[in-house]
Amino acid sequence: MINIDKLFKIGNFYITNTISSTIIVDIIIIIFIIIINIKKNIIPNKIQVFMECVILYFEEIFKRIAVHCNTEITNFICSWSLAFFIFIAVANLTGQVPGFHFIKISVLNNNTITTIPLFRISTSDINLTLALAFISIFLSHFFCIKCKGIKTYCTKFITLKAFPIFLFVGVIEFISEIVKIISLSFRLFGNILAGELVIKKIYNLFAFCVPVPFIIFEIIVSLVQAYVFAVLTMVFMNIMLNELY
Amino acid sequence: MNLSLSGGIIVAIGGIAPAISIGVIGLKAVEATGRNPEASGKIMINMLMAMAFAEAIAIYSLIATIF
Repeated sequence: MINIDKLFKIGNFYITNTISSTIIVDIIIIIFIIIINIKKNIIPNKIQVFMECVILYFEEIFKRIAVHCNTEITNFICSWSLAFFIFIAVANLTGQVPGFHFIKISVLNNNTITTIPLFRISTSDINLTLALAFISIFLSHFFCIKCKGIKTYCTKFITLKAFPIFLFVGVIEFISEIVKIISLSFRLFGNILAGELVIKKIYNLFAFCVPVPFIIFEIIVSLVQAYVFAVLTMVFMNIMLNELY
Repeated sequence: MNLSLSGGIIVAIGGIAPAISIGVIGLKAVEATGRNPEASGKIMINMLMAMAFAEAIAIYSLIATIF
């Protein structure tokens, strides 16, 4: 279940079926961006209105989280969290397209021919979610250094103010950064994997009608998880900016 | 996929707290919607987000089971 099927190998690098679906997701997003940029107009068409709604919604959320921030910081944080949201939402939703799992391909593996699915939801691979979480957390650190300077950044973890207390707080702060990465990646990965397993089991049991409520539930879950990831990115960046000693 | 007793126990124990917390979140959301029906949209989004956080604990135990 957790093992990812390998399609083929370039050097020491395995091309898995999650990578192929990630490429599909990337192509979808790039085509979407090109279409929007070609038809960009003062009088917006339907797609532009939709995307402007999403962007404005995220800016509104950020203004509720961080009350006083200048526009540069707002633009930086909003654009990054929006990028996470769009990528994860599209990647999760591709899994709910009918027939997504049933495109199979034959591969030669240890001199035996096996059939494996060509696509699999890319966020049900722990490596991808871990990479996203690492990007998110390291970006927040980078952003803190860029805005506040490296000296104030270091005093967040190591400080001699009020000697033993804040040193201990710094250690806890350091551990919480690691825990953030683990929780952020495992939340997304686990939710999508669990949904995938449930959908597979239900498809095995019933062919018609019964899977529909589960699919609707999965669509809600995938959107909510993308939203949660984006909002948490925002919150972590905001915490790194504000809570300095 | 082979069944194991330990996996069942992990999910059963790990699922207690999230189940209770999701129940409480839903209860409070319904209560709030009843008191202030105009704010149902905002309450719905906050409820879903809180539910996602509560669900994550159960998901961690599920991952521990699968690994």
